[in-house]
Amino acid sequence: MHRIGVFVCHCGTNIASTVDVKAVAEAAAKEPGVVFSADYQYMCSEAGQNLIKDTIKEKNLTGVVVCSCSPRMHENTFRKAVSAAGLNPYLLEVANIREQCSWIHKDIKDGTEKAIVLTRAAIAKVVLNAPLVAGTSPVTKRALVIGGGIAGIQTALDIADAGFEVDIVEKRPTIGGKMAQLDKTFPTLDCAACILTPKMVEAAQHEKIRILSYSEVCGVKGFVGSFKVKIKRKARFVKEDVCTGCGLCTEKCPMKRVPNEFNLGMDERRAIYIPFAQAVPKVAVIDPDHCNMLKNGKCGVCAKVCSVGAIDYKAQDSFVEEDYGAIVVATGFEPINIDAYDEFAYSQSKDVVTSLEYERLMNAAGPTGGKLLRPSDGKHPHTIVFVQCVGSRESDGSPKCGKSYCSKICCMYTAKHAMLTREKYPDTEVYVFYIDVRTPGKGFDEFYRRAAEQYGVHYVKGMVGKVVPENGVLKVRAFDLIAGEQLQINADMVVLATAIEPDKTARPLATLLTASMDTNDFFTEAHPKLRPVESPTAGIFLSGACQGPKDIPETVAQAGAAAAKVVGLLAKDSIVCNPCVAHSDEKLCNGCSRCERVCPYGAITYVDKEFKMPDRSIKIRRVSQVNEAVCQGCGACTVVCPSGAMDLKGFSTEQLRAEVDAICK
Amino acid sequence: MQVNNSTGSKDVFRPKIVAFCCNWCSYAGADLAGTNRLNYPADVKIIRVPCSCRVNPLFVLQAFQRGADGVIICGCHPGDCHYTSGNYYARRRMTLLFSMLDFMGIEKGRTRVEWVSAAEGAKFADTMNDFVSTVTALGENRRLEDLRCRK
Repeated sequence: MHRIGVFVCHCGTNIASTVDVKAVAEAAAKEPGVVFSADYQYMCSEAGQNLIKDTIKEKNLTGVVVCSCSPRMHENTFRKAVSAAGLNPYLLEVANIREQCSWIHKDIKDGTEKAIVLTRAAIAKVVLNAPLVAGTSPVTKRALVIGGGIAGIQTALDIADAGFEVDIVEKRPTIGGKMAQLDKTFPTLDCAACILTPKMVEAAQHEKIRILSYSEVCGVKGFVGSFKVKIKRKARFVKEDVCTGCGLCTEKCPMKRVPNEFNLGMDERRAIYIPFAQAVPKVAVIDPDHCNMLKNGKCGVCAKVCSVGAIDYKAQDSFVEEDYGAIVVATGFEPINIDAYDEFAYSQSKDVVTSLEYERLMNAAGPTGGKLLRPSDGKHPHTIVFVQCVGSRESDGSPKCGKSYCSKICCMYTAKHAMLTREKYPDTEVYVFYIDVRTPGKGFDEFYRRAAEQYGVHYVKGMVGKVVPENGVLKVRAFDLIAGEQLQINADMVVLATAIEPDKTARPLATLLTASMDTNDFFTEAHPKLRPVESPTAGIFLSGACQGPKDIPETVAQAGAAAAKVVGLLAKDSIVCNPCVAHSDEKLCNGCSRCERVCPYGAITYVDKEFKMPDRSIKIRRVSQVNEAVCQGCGACTVVCPSGAMDLKGFSTEQLRAEVDAICK
Repeated sequence: MQVNNSTGSKDVFRPKIVAFCCNWCSYAGADLAGTNRLNYPADVKIIRVPCSCRVNPLFVLQAFQRGADGVIICGCHPGDCHYTSGNYYARRRMTLLFSMLDFMGIEKGRTRVEWVSAAEGAKFADTMNDFVSTVTALGENRRLEDLRCRK
């Protein structure tokens, strides 16, 4: 005989304001099998949990239903409470009467009726719950970090310092990411390279860190604790372990006119190149699209000048497969393509640049050697206009595929650019056109005010409507919202603060990892407030701008947090598996193999088994068997099984049918 | 679009709607709709399943048999399934089932498969509002109902 206890939570007024909790408790008490039913202010509080524990013992309950918030929120809390009282934790069901009831219905009658139905469904299900025991699975004590920017480097360093092996996979020939391209960092104005390159070197020299540069993740199998990852090592045509990084080949290569992506195409590199002077690993790489030897078989200069014989024109892409216990995504961001914003004349004039290009123009290692010169004629600009929010904060469904979100870092880096420009070249007039200036962050608002007040940067509230290049001058037409007047500024340069978006590789990677993303292709976190560095997919962690626009301090903080979570996982020898897995009833199984074919994890195998027949003879039959450590519990097999042998624990056919019945009653 | 069903008087038809939501995307999307206080009619009752591929066509038939007026199955967007391929199975199965149901006289408007991600609270609420108004317009479903199940 079932002895079910029902506990209805008020959640303060969150539930109680639109659901008559007393009525729900009373209605639940009338359901068959329910021997106890009560309501309480906060079921998740200690007192609430004690009520559950005490009632389980007093009333000798065989099942518990908690009507409260979403099971995604507190199912584990209540499972622990149930378990503490000596009942199997899987003899609990949560009726979601907050997120899926009280918060969406304004009418108390509606809310109460629905809550009663949801409670009834949960009771119908819990009656059929079986006590489940979770198995364990081993943890491979190695981590993979995808992306070698500041987020990936910091995560890897923190994990490695805790004593675990880490591999960094970086798609470019060097680690360093976007931060390596920056000149100074706000709000302290320390040089980006001076704080980043020591970290790059530290990562390269760390005995626990292996850097797989010029590589991409191309396959992920397995699950938390035991991932199998296939990594493509792109052919760099230079032997990484032989090259000394002397750079002679990069000086002698006759192919001189290749746009240099590190300087965003504002200068040129050779077909064999080292991305930048502090690259890690400092190894040359041949660009197969421009190398004469690889294209036509004519040249071979680099092989001739290389004194160590590192050049290998016959190199091929290779693949390695590695085991990891945890994966950290740190794929970062990139500025959006601003082709659709041609009112700013980006395609028409070289003197209209993006902020990242401006960053390179200011950088001592950039195309101009740190001198601020106009890209078109190499002259010093005297009037510079900065345009904020290019592609950010646009209304949904804008025809230009702009972003609805705020890119977060633009206000601050523009203040930095404006300030640095005024400091180095006091004869330059600087205008910043903004929608809002957003400076939440330690020392940020002070920094912006310094730019406006001490450095005399002209901040104008309003957007630029059009930029017209005319005889070497950029005519900027804008509207000053505060003065209420039309402005025209003859500028020498225009700098566009372009929106940032997730790296293009993030979406296919999310598919490989089965990690979820939001509509902007940023990775979603398991809980926006309480689990911000974990993906909802177990064993996948998030670091840096792949989760949302972020500045460097925030990225580093998140990288450390992700590393702490990874270390917490890798420190365990084994992890508790999800017990809600498929199982096959051997007596019913007819050996058809359909379940084996649909299983995405290869968790189902077939074995020959002896069965005693009614006439006492022995018959050998081929039946399916589920590997519980591998099964993830999707239930695909349960539906294809023609004989009904396959079922899913925790979500059995019988349980779901009971729920359907209870709802349709 | 919002269906105003809050009067609750007897002459207003209130459909019974069963929504199967996968744990990873749509159930989380439904939670987000709640967190953002986006309204949709109380006629929708959600059943949590691990994946849309866990929904046996039998459950849909049973819902109609027990008097449901509409059944909706929500899963992750194609390519985003937590279990890599479950939603594809769901899509195929349900396409076949729904066309058979249509043949049997259960109008296509009463059945639906929709992809709602964990970030799409608004889409979840919009989908439910739209589905409820479609089913309400179709009226009560008697085609498959087993009258012995009526009390």
